[in-house]
Amino acid sequence: MTPSSSTLSSTEPTTHHHQYDVVIVGAGGAGMRAAIEAGPLAKTAVISKLYPTRSHTGAAQGGMAAALANIEEDSWEWHTFDTVKGGDYLVDQDAAEILAKEAIDAVIDLENMGLPFNRTPDGKIDQRRFGGHTRDHGKAPVRRACYAADRTGHMILQTLFQNCVKLGIEFYNEFYVLDMILVDDPDAKKPKGKAKPQRAAGVVAYELATGDIHVFHAKSVIFATGGFGKIYKTTSNAHTLTGDGVGILWRKGIPLEDMEFFQFHPTGLAGLGILLTEGARGEGAILRNASGERFMERYAPTIKDLAPRDIIARHMVQEVAEGRGAGPNKDYVLLDCTHLGAEVLETKLPDITEFARTYLGVDPVFEPVPVMPTAHYAMGGIPTNIKAEVLSDNDTVVKGLYAAGECACVSVHGSNRLGTNSLLDINVFGKRAGRYSVEYANSTDFVPLPDDPAKEVRAMIEQARAADGTERLAALRKELQEEMDRNAQVFRTDESLRSVAKTIHSLRERYKNIGIHDRGKRYNTDLLEAIELGFLLDIAEVVVASALSRKESRGGHMRDDYPERDDENYLVHTMAYMTGDPTSPNVEDHIAIDWKPVVITNYPPMERKY
Amino acid sequence: MSMTTADAPTEVGVVPSFTVTFILRRFDPEKDQEPYWQDFDVEMFATDRVLDGLHKIKWEMDGTLSFRRSCAHGICGSDAMRINGRNRLACKTLIKDLDISQPIYVEAIKGLPLEKDLIVDMEPFFESYRQVQPFLVASSKPDKERLQSPADRARFDDTTKCILCAACTSSCPVFWTDGQYFGPAAIVNAHRFIFDSRDEGAQVRLDILNDKEGVWRCRTTFNCSEACPRGIEVTKAISEVKQAILRGRP
Repeated sequence: MTPSSSTLSSTEPTTHHHQYDVVIVGAGGAGMRAAIEAGPLAKTAVISKLYPTRSHTGAAQGGMAAALANIEEDSWEWHTFDTVKGGDYLVDQDAAEILAKEAIDAVIDLENMGLPFNRTPDGKIDQRRFGGHTRDHGKAPVRRACYAADRTGHMILQTLFQNCVKLGIEFYNEFYVLDMILVDDPDAKKPKGKAKPQRAAGVVAYELATGDIHVFHAKSVIFATGGFGKIYKTTSNAHTLTGDGVGILWRKGIPLEDMEFFQFHPTGLAGLGILLTEGARGEGAILRNASGERFMERYAPTIKDLAPRDIIARHMVQEVAEGRGAGPNKDYVLLDCTHLGAEVLETKLPDITEFARTYLGVDPVFEPVPVMPTAHYAMGGIPTNIKAEVLSDNDTVVKGLYAAGECACVSVHGSNRLGTNSLLDINVFGKRAGRYSVEYANSTDFVPLPDDPAKEVRAMIEQARAADGTERLAALRKELQEEMDRNAQVFRTDESLRSVAKTIHSLRERYKNIGIHDRGKRYNTDLLEAIELGFLLDIAEVVVASALSRKESRGGHMRDDYPERDDENYLVHTMAYMTGDPTSPNVEDHIAIDWKPVVITNYPPMERKY
Repeated sequence: MSMTTADAPTEVGVVPSFTVTFILRRFDPEKDQEPYWQDFDVEMFATDRVLDGLHKIKWEMDGTLSFRRSCAHGICGSDAMRINGRNRLACKTLIKDLDISQPIYVEAIKGLPLEKDLIVDMEPFFESYRQVQPFLVASSKPDKERLQSPADRARFDDTTKCILCAACTSSCPVFWTDGQYFGPAAIVNAHRFIFDSRDEGAQVRLDILNDKEGVWRCRTTFNCSEACPRGIEVTKAISEVKQAILRGRP
């Protein structure tokens, strides 16, 4: 079989120009929540690599936390504490307080926008239990997660899209943003590292349908580009979650915060990584090893299967490593829902019931479901403050640039996010990004664009379109993902991480020699995947460099060679800076690590026991 | 079909693979006058999805093959396509559920303009969706949540599941011949609000759907219900909207 298209079109792509007060990159929950805030007050555009309703917010299942106290006593202060403790004290406590306090309005906003929450018998929003959410500072699990069956993310995504339609928000669908336009800002102070004092002026995008280039001149730019789970092989993340937004800013010299903290969700369908909500355990499901033992009783005697995700994932891997795994190869554990009954499964957990039936041929009504941890969520990302403003070092604001949602690190999740706090994060900080970006846009003028702002993107596109080397991009991507699963997953060591760094360096060399088949301009997804792989390599390397530098175990970062938490040396956020040529062989030669203090208000670090 | 790991069944954990023939309807607007069929032989496992087969073709044989996909487990609605003549999500269709003694035919969904290979222009589909006012219309702005009984919430539960994949609309023979028809998905999304006890916009939507391109074009062929990857009873939802129009209220 030969590739069917091979003639390289010689004409330069057409470049279009647009001007908006606020440009939002990404149309998941955070991006659309920001658009609803900004749209009515300023000329706003949302640019998305996908159609908005394809965004991965829609895959979130279990719920959104808010201390509504609809079922039992609860308070936002307890929620703040749980968030801080859940994040193993690496959470910025001022941000966590905002998250928990504003959660209540965020849920009410969504209900008022039309979100069909499950209801209590008296018609209020129903709430369920979730991992790490407790009554009175850890005494017992509390019902705090507002939910709509196991489709809460789907309902949030649909409701936000519906309201964008209502408000007439302008969307540029299947436009792939590839560059951020930053211009010198003589008024600002010089940040640390490579970054110059700069402010936002717009973005450059590639239109997938036509191959044309679009320059968006803007006063404010919000990045809401989601996560980058595709650096791993076993992941709950969509194929499209390749960390483009985070990668674009990284290449521009913006530091990345806490990138070593990646969450592995305990209950991915074994071998596939498809997510089964923690809401199942919230409804009473139990994890068992090969002998049927409820092993979490040994590790978290108070809240057992509702311990936070980092703790559960770690002990699942441990059970399997110590020979207590189930199945013919003893390589998974079992999620037992059989005692919940068909009615609970069909009404409160219908989607995951169907996933298990469809993809594993296992009916959770009658049989326990094989599960293993799956790469799920990046706690780290683009550093922001509580106004969602992007920082170019520990405290310098890049004027006009905002980030919210999984791509950002504010940091409300610290070293481990609690379930249901991400749907909350996108709503609270998406709204804040919208509000503050509009405030800024309406108080400032457009800054002039540099000459030919699309130059770099044009070069990147043309280089990728012409790539005729011998390496296959899918093979390189697979090697990266398998190596990350092998050596930078739940447990890491200095040795395993150095192995990944070496692999990434060699993959970068081979990446220079990739060949793509599609030379066309229309829907060239071959070219798209080649560019995405470039971002994956960059991001994976930052994860590894950050993980190497943190010689302790905390939350989602478990170092076999440093198994204890070390508050004396590491109760600080990791700040990674690109300082040199990314193709240089030693990662230390081009990524420098600095630290940033954690904001501690009410909760001094304590031992984390459940 | 040929078994490549013949000794596999006795060995624990080794799963047999098969050669499956995919016949894909290809079209590149930059070089083809007309679409054409092209076949590919792919090594597959019984538990693989059709999407895995398409990825193998794209990643290992022909990078020009173009299709949409994202979540790969039936939630995002990107990869609706015609598989052996029926609208399916490629990520929810397992090889073991198809007859692999025959080739698997895959083509773009029908009734929307073909852009390239398995990709169609979704804009007309979303335009119909936007026309039915797919958002809550409510005049009050309460401080807390609006109350809704579990029974009222259950009334429209089925139609909240829609992922806008277009499998239903592009399976509808009326939509194929009359592109002006709103199509099942738009009606499903109107239904989701018409029967929501909190909503006050039902009358407007019922008027919109009482149009000559509205619900009365539906010929109850049930293609849409059969095509829906979320198991929504689409035809039932349409008939409930028809009855509401006749009644003059939800």
